Amino acid sequence: MSVDKDTVRRIAKLARLAVPENRLEPMAGELNGIFQWVEMLGEVNVEGVPAMTSVVAQKLKWREDKVSDGGQADALLANAPEGEDHFFVVPKVVE
Amino acid sequence: MSELTAMTLAEARDAIKAKKISSRELTGAFVKAIEAARPLNAFITEAGEQALAMADASDKRIAAGKTGALEGLPLAIKDLFCTKGTRTTAASKILGNFVPPYESTVTQNLWDAGAVMLGKTNLDEFAMGSSNETSAFGPVFNPWRARNSNANLVPGGSSGGSSAAVAADLCLAATGTDTGGSIRQPAAVTGRVGLKPTYGRCSRFGIVAFASSLDQAGPMTKTVRDAAIMLGTMASVDAKDSTSVDLAVPDYEKLLEGGIKGLRVGIPKEYRIDGAPAEIDALWSKGADWLKAQGAEIVEVSLPHTKYALPTYYIVAPAEASSNLARYDGVKFGYRAKGARDITDLYEKSRGEGFGAEVQRRILIGTYVLSAGYYDAYYSRAQKLRSLIKRDFEQAFEKCDVLLTPTTPGPAFGVGAKTADPVEMYLQDVFTVTVNLAGLPGISVPAGLTENGLPLGLQLIGKAFDEATLLRAALAVETAADFKHSPAKWWSV
Repeated sequence: MSVDKDTVRRIAKLARLAVPENRLEPMAGELNGIFQWVEMLGEVNVEGVPAMTSVVAQKLKWREDKVSDGGQADALLANAPEGEDHFFVVPKVVE
Repeated sequence: MSELTAMTLAEARDAIKAKKISSRELTGAFVKAIEAARPLNAFITEAGEQALAMADASDKRIAAGKTGALEGLPLAIKDLFCTKGTRTTAASKILGNFVPPYESTVTQNLWDAGAVMLGKTNLDEFAMGSSNETSAFGPVFNPWRARNSNANLVPGGSSGGSSAAVAADLCLAATGTDTGGSIRQPAAVTGRVGLKPTYGRCSRFGIVAFASSLDQAGPMTKTVRDAAIMLGTMASVDAKDSTSVDLAVPDYEKLLEGGIKGLRVGIPKEYRIDGAPAEIDALWSKGADWLKAQGAEIVEVSLPHTKYALPTYYIVAPAEASSNLARYDGVKFGYRAKGARDITDLYEKSRGEGFGAEVQRRILIGTYVLSAGYYDAYYSRAQKLRSLIKRDFEQAFEKCDVLLTPTTPGPAFGVGAKTADPVEMYLQDVFTVTVNLAGLPGISVPAGLTENGLPLGLQLIGKAFDEATLLRAALAVETAADFKHSPAKWWSV
């Protein structure tokens, strides 16, 4: 499978990553190098092999469904690039 | 003051306990050493003043007779662990000004035990790299240089700042994280000890996530004993991490005793790779002889899917990374690009400007392998391969108790030597990555020098949650190797 410039543009869009036009072609080349190497996985017969879901055998823990923390608006906003009165400020979302 | 910084963690602990030195004296010596070692670029954030204040508080506790397991001992923390009130960057521009309002569980455990924080160490951006060259804060230089050479070498990665700091005596020990080899490989190429515990042994809470099913914190130290001491405090059962396993933390230091008589050591034949330097093979054989001489039984084992581990990793890890790193969008925290037209533009520009080249590459790989139409061919297949790789280990461990392998395919390489071809850089982790995929504990122990005078490590791999046996075997390698070398202090100004 080969990745071209348009594919890079499409996945960059999916990843919400601005990749400049002049970087699309070189990036396609880099990704192809990696995908060609990964192709070797195709030679393994994985018929009937279960996909791994957890690397150590353990049950996910349960806890009581109750609020254990909160009231931390100032701490939450402390690292915001832009905030106002306990709100995160972003550019216009809806026209 | 050089004697103070050259001490092991255990020696410093005993000296403080015996009131031969104060934490203030010890911490002061490290703060000075760190300042003198700035050419190495091992630290992103130095915390000298804060460290001295922590040391004073520790000395007060010592005077009052209330001491913890790491009382007064100065440590360096990889800048991937959130530290409350101290900038935590993950070596990325996108987190360049991030000051966490909370503390990671591992570091909290260290401070609760009385340890002192010297600063935050450099790393590959978001821990993605094997040479510390992808850091937005510049590369770290290995304290080691080849004999008769002034060329700068990489300290390994991603925990390259931590490995350099331990090797250059800038801390008693450091924390690292290991997703594909990021503790063991840098420890090996700087001649020190690096331990990746079993997945679930140390809490991941408060560690900036890279690939959540593979990430694990661990210690980087001067000796195996120090690794045992550090792990005893770093490990815990934590309600804040649902993958933290409910198992009491044993006294790893005490369990070091007892020797390795009758221990079955497996040698996986697939780890003999074409093109590896003869020195690596020779050291590996020597390691097996050392263990045999101490009463271990050497058995040949097979891990047939070894060669598929790295390509499997380069699907699983980027897939998880692309999902984990979706949170960096320039809205709630982190870098925000200027002049965005609308919200989508804000996301795309902030991420495009905030992430470096290697991180972008991995986000794109991850997005691709998870995208509609490719999921089955890549991600789903990789997860099946991961099951096979884990099964290999389970079958091998029916015949042995630990495995012995080289840690890296070679010694430290030159800065810039492997940046042109991503796959060549990825091959650094060929011996370490299998362990992450199978969730097992692994440790690298310094075992010898190349002809050029550069350190090489041997890796031991243990059964899940059997760090005690792993450490005991590592101690046997360490004792036999008797590695006493340290780099010349060329960086001191």
